[in-house]
Amino acid sequence: MSVELDVFVGNTTIMDEEVYQLWLDGYTVNDAVKVRMEGGVMDECEASKDVLLSDTMDQYRTFQMCERLLHSPAKLANQLLFQIPPHRQIMLIERYYAFDDTFVREVLGKKLSKGTKKDLDDISAKTGVTLKSCRRQFDNFKRVFKVVEELKGPLVENIRQHFLLSDKLARDYAAIVFFANNRFETGKRKLQYLSFQDFAFCAGQLISNWTVGAVGEYNMVEDMDVDLDKEFLQELKELKILITDKDLLDQHKSLVCTALRGKTKVFPEMETSFKNLSRGLINIAAKLTNTKDVRDFFIDLVEKFIEPCRSDRWTAADMKLYLTHYTNSAHILDTFKHQVVWDRYMGVVKSCIFKMYHD
Amino acid sequence: MPGKLKAKIVAGRHLPVMDRASDLTDAFVEVKFGNTTFKTDVCPKSLNPQWNSEWFKFEVDDEDLQDEPLQITVLDHDTYSANDAIGKVYIDIDPLLYSEAASVISGWFPIYDTIHGIRGEINVIVKVELFNDLNRFRQSSCGVKFFCTTCIPQCYRATLVHGFVEELVVNEDPEYQWIDRIRTPRASNEARQRLISLMSGELQRKIGLKVLEMGGNAVVGYLQCFDLEGESGLVVRAIGTACTLDKLSSGSAPNTNTHMHPNTAPASNACNSPSKDGKESPLAHGCRSTHNSPVHSVCSSQRLSQNFSVSVPTLIFTGMGSGGSAGKEAGPLRTLLRQQTQTALEQREFPFFTLTSFPPGFLLHVGGVVSARSVKLLDRIHNPDEPETRDAWWEEIRQEIKSHARALGCHAVVGYSESTSICEEVCILSASGTAAILNPRYMREGCLDIGCTDHRFEDPSPPSCGFCHIPYDELNMPFPAQLTYCYHCRRQKVPDVLFTTIDLPSEAAVAGKGCLIQARLCRLKKKAQGETNATAISNLLPFMEYELHTQLMNKLKLRSMNALFGLHIQISVGENMLLGLASATGVYLTALPAPGGIQIAGKTPGDLSNEHISSIQKRINDTIAVNKELYQINPPKLFALDPEVFCGINMELAEEGVGSPIPEPRHRSRLFRSHSESSDELSELDLSHGKKDAFVLEIDDTDAVEDIHSLLIDAPPPTGFYSCNTENMPGISNWTSGVQMFTSVRVLRLSNANLTNQGLNKIFTDLCENLLKSFYFKLRSMIPCCLCHLNFTVAVPEEELIQVTVTAVAMTYDKEQTQEKTAEKPVNKGSLEAEEQLQFPLELCADSSSSNIQTASKISGVAESTNISPRVSSLERCSPLQEGRSRSLRSSRSFGGSSVTVVKMTPLSFLPGIRIIKYLGIINMFFIRETTSLREEGGVSGFLHSFIAEVFAMVRAHVAALGGNAVVSYSMKECVFMENPNKNQAQCLINVSGDAVICISETDQESSASTANTGQTGGGGTDGAT
Repeated sequence: MSVELDVFVGNTTIMDEEVYQLWLDGYTVNDAVKVRMEGGVMDECEASKDVLLSDTMDQYRTFQMCERLLHSPAKLANQLLFQIPPHRQIMLIERYYAFDDTFVREVLGKKLSKGTKKDLDDISAKTGVTLKSCRRQFDNFKRVFKVVEELKGPLVENIRQHFLLSDKLARDYAAIVFFANNRFETGKRKLQYLSFQDFAFCAGQLISNWTVGAVGEYNMVEDMDVDLDKEFLQELKELKILITDKDLLDQHKSLVCTALRGKTKVFPEMETSFKNLSRGLINIAAKLTNTKDVRDFFIDLVEKFIEPCRSDRWTAADMKLYLTHYTNSAHILDTFKHQVVWDRYMGVVKSCIFKMYHD
Repeated sequence: MPGKLKAKIVAGRHLPVMDRASDLTDAFVEVKFGNTTFKTDVCPKSLNPQWNSEWFKFEVDDEDLQDEPLQITVLDHDTYSANDAIGKVYIDIDPLLYSEAASVISGWFPIYDTIHGIRGEINVIVKVELFNDLNRFRQSSCGVKFFCTTCIPQCYRATLVHGFVEELVVNEDPEYQWIDRIRTPRASNEARQRLISLMSGELQRKIGLKVLEMGGNAVVGYLQCFDLEGESGLVVRAIGTACTLDKLSSGSAPNTNTHMHPNTAPASNACNSPSKDGKESPLAHGCRSTHNSPVHSVCSSQRLSQNFSVSVPTLIFTGMGSGGSAGKEAGPLRTLLRQQTQTALEQREFPFFTLTSFPPGFLLHVGGVVSARSVKLLDRIHNPDEPETRDAWWEEIRQEIKSHARALGCHAVVGYSESTSICEEVCILSASGTAAILNPRYMREGCLDIGCTDHRFEDPSPPSCGFCHIPYDELNMPFPAQLTYCYHCRRQKVPDVLFTTIDLPSEAAVAGKGCLIQARLCRLKKKAQGETNATAISNLLPFMEYELHTQLMNKLKLRSMNALFGLHIQISVGENMLLGLASATGVYLTALPAPGGIQIAGKTPGDLSNEHISSIQKRINDTIAVNKELYQINPPKLFALDPEVFCGINMELAEEGVGSPIPEPRHRSRLFRSHSESSDELSELDLSHGKKDAFVLEIDDTDAVEDIHSLLIDAPPPTGFYSCNTENMPGISNWTSGVQMFTSVRVLRLSNANLTNQGLNKIFTDLCENLLKSFYFKLRSMIPCCLCHLNFTVAVPEEELIQVTVTAVAMTYDKEQTQEKTAEKPVNKGSLEAEEQLQFPLELCADSSSSNIQTASKISGVAESTNISPRVSSLERCSPLQEGRSRSLRSSRSFGGSSVTVVKMTPLSFLPGIRIIKYLGIINMFFIRETTSLREEGGVSGFLHSFIAEVFAMVRAHVAALGGNAVVSYSMKECVFMENPNKNQAQCLINVSGDAVICISETDQESSASTANTGQTGGGGTDGAT
């Protein structure tokens, strides 16, 4: 005796958020039943294991049927097959596009290609995220990437409208797309301590300050938020004068040191490493015209700036103080004419370093 | 040329990719009606084509309008090879044929393919211009309204109930025609879908004609069924109750227009209906359907004798025993009133009513359930125009029902329904209903005018208990029953238990809550052919009925209740077994005596000391106590008095009281599970318990022990849940807005070849119980909630398969106020009061209606149609041209919005907290889905899951296109599932029906407080729509 067929269909599609999460997380039906049993859901309504199994299967089927629609969330609102209240639709979409930070950290900056997809087994093993879930998340990244690639206009807004995501999630996806497009290196050992949210914040900074769209005069260009502003990168070379001109370098240093003296315990260290640190930051700026160096932007920030400071035991407050004065003092230098570029560069670098300066 | 049908194809969306190379589709549309076809241009390379076609016009007879569906086919243009079909949409244009319903069909329809399911959507606008050439009404019956609802629909008033209408049409099943061997499955499925659509159109038209003949203008409780007889053909049959309905005009349809014409008397609204027309120009009865007239010639019975048929003598009386064949005629009629009714009804061949709830005062007395079954051998239907055999079969069954009702002293049958179960060439025909005595007032023409309403109160018995009083003569009872004086009025006799197929009358006084009670039974039978098989089945049937009945009785007692409503017994036949499922809603009627307990007895008196028995006894007693608590059965104190005392008190009221032969317990032994040989012994035992009204179960063998165990197996619903299979949940009426309709199908494969009856029973019972458990679990977020109208259907699709299909609705209610309503209940005593209660608040709300319309139109554009259509109907009479214009004016608004209208569905006739303001016509849809890639579609469950979801989607889309936002009285009549896993194939047929309606939320209204109550009782269907 066996149940040959077992279905339950509601006029309003019944979806249990807990089961949805288990499905998204890639649990098999049997595993999901186990988890639910442990969760104590059986005590409600005197359910038995069979009941739970039947319910889980029904829900899994429903989700599978919905998945096609979730691939283009706008369809979910005007499809006729499932009657789902709007707030549930939002939940379905938001959760479907949600991702594990540990997983995204692994693929961040990688090309969203078949090659990477093949490595998902390893990533799954490493992160503990099930392969099924990894695939879903990866495919989501790819899908969003593909769609926004062809759209004009602001990146975050495009993602938000096209995939009906919350602002926060849309921003995260923008970061992922931005990283994938520019292929930033994030996988090196020295960068391991950084979380996805650190990078997402930096991506937000870069998008809103360094891209073509950031300038504001081009409103509807393709890739305006994805590609860095070439002109700006070219102009960054001009900043080199701050380290090549001996007078300027000294002048800059003395201005910064005057401002910092007595305000921090690590002042002696700051004074000694000023020239090194300044060279580090300016060199990063000057090299950004090379695609290769753009990719190494974050690793360079860590190696050239964050690590030296950390070995000198600067606190986060020290760091803030130093960078603020470092940026501002440049304005007082009479012979330094590239104030606008300087601000555009340092504004981003400063906030990225603030975000990245932790254990 | 009585009508012009116009269709416009606007756009498509979400089309499938038909050209792999470009990942796009070159779509165009064919629009076909009858033999005329139009095509749109090809919209190249788009998955969201905009055709914006011209208006395709079809000039057609209204007869065709009624029969034919509009057929829309979406195709992919291919320059080099044949065009590929993407899918089809069939649109039933019937709702456009009566002025009060929808005036335009406009919206997104799922494009359906029988192999691939839904493939995108298409936006279509359809309109009909009917030329009101009244003299030409011959074959058509345009204008007769159809309702699936089995009560008088909300916002209507029944001025006259004419009675039973039936019709059947037969045809060859395309699936079994020779051509099926050479055509594709798709072509075959489509031929079938189209044929059934045509046949149901024809059937509806013919029923309509009968209604017009009777002088009615509507069919209520319309029940249409298909019999897929396989080789021998396809039968579509329908029954219903013909009525003359008046729209409760001013209040019920809140529109400003009616306010502009306050002089229009409500009655004049009926002018729009063709019934009036019918009276004015008596119909030329040139119907070609003469062979369908209920008068059968001798010839047909001769034909019948050629067929093999076994009529199964069955008769279930009010709870007491199985009476074998029809009982004796009842004694002399008691009152003049009854005689009047008798004559009024005698004119009719079948005084049957498919309604299950009635206006107060309609139902005078209820006798009990009457049912009849007959086993037939199918033979090929040679001539589709001569469906006499099938007609004769049903005629025979109905006659039997009628005579059963007479035996119960009743002249009418209410809550009447018919069904079939077919396996190979054997067919079981079943009919059942509730014998009753009706108020003649509703039967006579011209009697319902306002002046006459006072007569209602001539009814001698108080309405709240009147229906419980026995209609039969107590000196000459057709079956043994224990009678007592009514616990409510103490004037008339009532039986100790009452079984009915109808809904609980709204005026009934009830203690506590009701609950679903099911009896389940499996009987193995030997595989056989032809007559041997039919004989074997018919021999088994009485035993099955008997056992089901015993089970019901025991379970009723176990729950400490004394009446069953909505009783539905289904017996399904398979190759090697018969399945029986009886469902009903148990309730404690305070007018009836309190049920006694159940006593367990051993084989001999000595066994009584047996520990085993006493432990079972204890369990039973405990269960009864628990159930009393659970269903809050605390009858008012008054009734705790000894019934004997009552008799004494009331002696002078009824003289025969003292001498009345209240049956001795001896008679009750009829119900013992073992047969009569032990009855003497048992009655002694019974007495030895010293408790007269106790129900005795004898344990004489292991089977009996099993039976008792299975009695106790039924788990009560978990806390927070109640369940019933009727329209109203006894004891709950304060519904909140949560509504979830669902369909569930479960198929069990019996792998064990050597199953016993007992083993099968257990499996079947578990299957049903587990289904219920699953529902409770799935719907746990709705607690406190009640599963209403739980409708179980069983089938034996293949030798070792058992299929159970359930449709029901879960509704939330407010736990806090549960008690209040019961106290309020007796208020709704007279129907006149009820009417006033209903109309008055409705008129009130009409004032606030304009604001409602605005809010409603924002949601769906629905209210526009309510706003304008009344004007349309008034204009119609003067010039059809203007009418057309006004219709097209509004149509342009209905589409364009991307959001989908939310369409609620419910098997009940009402939606909680929501008032139906307009009925748009019936939805009656038939779909076939087939697959040759079962595994890829997720196996049988995946296949059926998506098919049911698709069916829901198509129903919702059609309702939305009619301008509606809900379906009431929804039911899934048929769900035939066949699979062949080895070939990776499966096929499923589904037939659904319901009433499309527009409804508005009551809470929107200023007068919400006052309307909420009436609306809800009205929703209950009984008193609401008088």
